[in-house]
Amino acid sequence: MMEITNIEKDHILKNIKDGKRRNGRELEEYRDIKIKRNVAKNAEGSARVEIGGTKVIASVKADVGTPFPDTPDEGMLMVNAELRPTASSDFELGPPGEQATELARVIDRGIRESEAVSTDELCIEEGEKVWKIMVDLHPLDDCGNLMDACGLAAAVALEEAYLPVYDEENDEVLRDEKQELEVNVLPIPCSVYSVGDKLFVDPNSQEQQVADCAVTITWADDSLCSLQKRGNSGIKTKELKKSLEIASKKSKMMKKKIKEGD
Amino acid sequence: MGQKPDNLLKDGKRLDGRDFDEVRELEAKASVLDNATGSGYFRMGETEVIAAVYGPRELHPKHLQNPRKGVLRCTYNLSSFSTEDRVKPGPSRRGKEIGMVIRKALSSVIFLEEFPKAAIDVFMEVITADAGTRCVALNAGVIALADAGIPMKGLISSCAAGKIEGTPVCDLDGPEDKHGDVDLPIAMNPETDEITLLQMDGDTDFEEFGEILDLAKKGCKQVYEKQKEALKDTF
Repeated sequence: MMEITNIEKDHILKNIKDGKRRNGRELEEYRDIKIKRNVAKNAEGSARVEIGGTKVIASVKADVGTPFPDTPDEGMLMVNAELRPTASSDFELGPPGEQATELARVIDRGIRESEAVSTDELCIEEGEKVWKIMVDLHPLDDCGNLMDACGLAAAVALEEAYLPVYDEENDEVLRDEKQELEVNVLPIPCSVYSVGDKLFVDPNSQEQQVADCAVTITWADDSLCSLQKRGNSGIKTKELKKSLEIASKKSKMMKKKIKEGD
Repeated sequence: MGQKPDNLLKDGKRLDGRDFDEVRELEAKASVLDNATGSGYFRMGETEVIAAVYGPRELHPKHLQNPRKGVLRCTYNLSSFSTEDRVKPGPSRRGKEIGMVIRKALSSVIFLEEFPKAAIDVFMEVITADAGTRCVALNAGVIALADAGIPMKGLISSCAAGKIEGTPVCDLDGPEDKHGDVDLPIAMNPETDEITLLQMDGDTDFEEFGEILDLAKKGCKQVYEKQKEALKDTF
């Protein structure tokens, strides 16, 4: 994204310290959230989420593979993120860098720790064949707060996803035949950004450049399942605890949005 | 690590006899390598890490140079023999992420503006992994940076805490980390109470999180004393 000038940075910082944002948005207010389901016809589940200008597609693909040796009766779930130049001039072609790796791993942990998907119910033949659930995050436009948009998209994609049927005799995955993929809970990450003792959520591209600390907090209903502090600056305990409360409220707000069905 | 023990707590005590708020045995040394500008060693229980700092040195390729301040690069590596199952050499997603969160934790205390266009490289080699490797790596890295004479606002101390069988405990060892319910590694500047690394996996709520966080902070303070000791010996 276009780097903003120091004058603009100072201006935004001053406003945030006064609790003000562009267009009258509150510090704890998200931009407009739009959710579209099943946007990728060839995926087993998918969702497109827009938060303000930020646009992400998350997909769920299911395949049959061999289990890990230490969990022979459990299926697998893995989250991957591709930050492509399409979405921002900050992204380059090539293997996943730090940002993509962190993004994928944070969303992955939210899903894994909340046990949103019971991997022990994904076994086809112990030690031989299990279902592999691949969640792919594909940002189309990074206008700030990519992490939360990706987390929300992943949650909806999982909720929408079905499991195909596996034809053991012919070793074929029949994608036209559907069985339910049970999702136990929806893990929803909310990143709380801080500048000193001022906390705010959902920065746009410009605001994101002034906040040097963010904590991504994943609540799955009333269970706090994952935290990741990001950015170059630190945070004090008081602000950290306040952030957990803000994230809990926002997580509930986003869950309501999901239930409303855009 | 091996098989899951029947209980992680026996008669209200941890398997290795530690109290809930007790860190493992700590060991810290500075200047353990000759070639590096600075180096450090830190051990918490069985987990050991050697850190090397090279720099400030010229940063290549030139297009990566920052005209306003130095570039800090942190590399965390699990050596092949560090875990029970051999680790395939080479970068991993996990290693990349850990290197990054460590770098973010250190950026706030290093006066990088003193070294425009230069690179400060921190390499952390995990010799033995028995939980808390990123904490031990950070602790060793900080010693190495101080040993290298890199000017810092203060030290950063790191320790993890967690929950095993419903009980919050400080400094998880291997079995506790593997079979426990919450893992919360943090790093902080003990003088300013600022937390610069924080990650959490598990299942908890507000109150319990507060308890676990307090234990982690307590552990950090004990680590801090050990780091200071090691640096006193060298100077």
